[in-house]
Amino acid sequence: MSDVRVAARHLGMRFALRGRDLVALDDVNLQIRDREFCCVVGPSGCGKSTFLRILAGLERQTSGEIHVEVHDPTKPLTAMVFQEQSIFPWMTVEDNIAYGLRMRGVHASVRRRVVDHYLEKVGLATFARAYPHQLSGGMKQRASVARAFATDPEVLLMDEPFASVDEQTRALLQEELLRVWETDRKTVVYVTHSIDEALVLGDRVVVMSARPGHVKAEIAVTLARPRSVYELKSTAAFSELVAKVWEPLRREVLASYAALAS
Amino acid sequence: MTVKVRTARAARGRLGAIGGVGTERLVSILSPILLLVLWEGAGRLGLLDVRFFPPPSAIAQEFPRLLASGELWDDTVISLSRIGIGFLIGAVPALILGLAMGLSRYLRAALNPMVGALYPIPKSAILPLLILVFGTGEGSKYAIVASGVFFLVLLNTVAGVLSIEPVYLDVGRNFGASRTQTFLTIALPGALPLIFTGIRLAWGTALILIVIGEIFVSRSGLGYLINNAYQTFQVEKMYAGLIVMSVIGYVSFLALDELQRWLIPWRGARAV
Repeated sequence: MSDVRVAARHLGMRFALRGRDLVALDDVNLQIRDREFCCVVGPSGCGKSTFLRILAGLERQTSGEIHVEVHDPTKPLTAMVFQEQSIFPWMTVEDNIAYGLRMRGVHASVRRRVVDHYLEKVGLATFARAYPHQLSGGMKQRASVARAFATDPEVLLMDEPFASVDEQTRALLQEELLRVWETDRKTVVYVTHSIDEALVLGDRVVVMSARPGHVKAEIAVTLARPRSVYELKSTAAFSELVAKVWEPLRREVLASYAALAS
Repeated sequence: MTVKVRTARAARGRLGAIGGVGTERLVSILSPILLLVLWEGAGRLGLLDVRFFPPPSAIAQEFPRLLASGELWDDTVISLSRIGIGFLIGAVPALILGLAMGLSRYLRAALNPMVGALYPIPKSAILPLLILVFGTGEGSKYAIVASGVFFLVLLNTVAGVLSIEPVYLDVGRNFGASRTQTFLTIALPGALPLIFTGIRLAWGTALILIVIGEIFVSRSGLGYLINNAYQTFQVEKMYAGLIVMSVIGYVSFLALDELQRWLIPWRGARAV
């Protein structure tokens, strides 16, 4: 298949945690297509973040392999939007957004143009010179998203980026993300624990099993784009999809509880 | 009903405190003046032994004399230059080593035992050793200041780097920062708030150590001036030296505050 962008084969990850061997991922097989928005859901501790961290080059798997199809070697392989507050408190918003470009030695004038573009896109233009402590949680995550988009990576990775903001802000951020993504159509791997979020954003939802994590189910999201977050949620097609994702996920969540109890 | 009245009174009391900023300032200006007046009066009335506590007026008269002879000025300049040079000799390597130790687990493991063993030794106790090694010239003065400064800056820099949220280092790695870039864009600014705490502590220590050094082995500097005044029983001169030390301390800490505001502009919230 020529349009496969990310391919994980028999991916496994073991940690030694307090002297005990912990299998986070076991035989993960997953293919993500070029320009696909792929959402990964799973019970807490199923290793979905670990999968993303391996993809981001922050961890190294203990078995199996993962490949990213490189289209343009001058571009960074991945750029990650982290779950926690990850924009640097010691840099202004514009310096934060420019960070990846600066690390790659992109010329200042090009940097300026890209940063201005994304400042505008995420609605932070008036906060370009502000420091993060002057921003709300939602604005910080906007800056974090802009920082990742600005580097124009081959694959964009997002680890529950909107988990810590309030619901209204989250809906707004999701809509903004969709708007930005629909113009660029980058390949995205988006980890979340929210079925709603996965369906609102994704082309496909991958359900991971309880630990040790592997791919349990894949559900194609056939909802038309462009999407509007609130309208979408009230459609029958959406409810049907929720049920389709929930069915396998429910079993895995229960299994993860059982594992915790034992 | 009584509850309401009480609340109102309490609220008024608090508002009164806000409105009384002028009064507050007046009190903090008047209280030292009052102390000086009491001191002066007690000295003149013979309630205070003027041999040990000369009245402020006598100390004030000492200043023009000391300034005219150039003695006070020269000693102040030489002390300041010893503090400054000693501080740099101690702080710059401490900063670099501290950043490296903060980033490298192995370097930390290798050096922590030495640092842990050497840091608790009072630096005044190694003065004789420093004199043996560096002689009685400027070298031993720089060395004693540097020895105190080094550990405080080092320990705070290491702690500063370790206090950086791991996610920031992940960002650096994910966005392809090189080692040097990680050093300059994450480790240094991330640790800066604590580094600055170390610098403030180190500066205070430097002021103490230079005086110790100058009292024991020197023919110049404020420590010498104070000690020499004591030995020749010029108590007014001794007080003049103490006042200059106090002014140096006060002004330098104001300057450090300003430097901190300029170097760490993001420290508006408890974000770091």
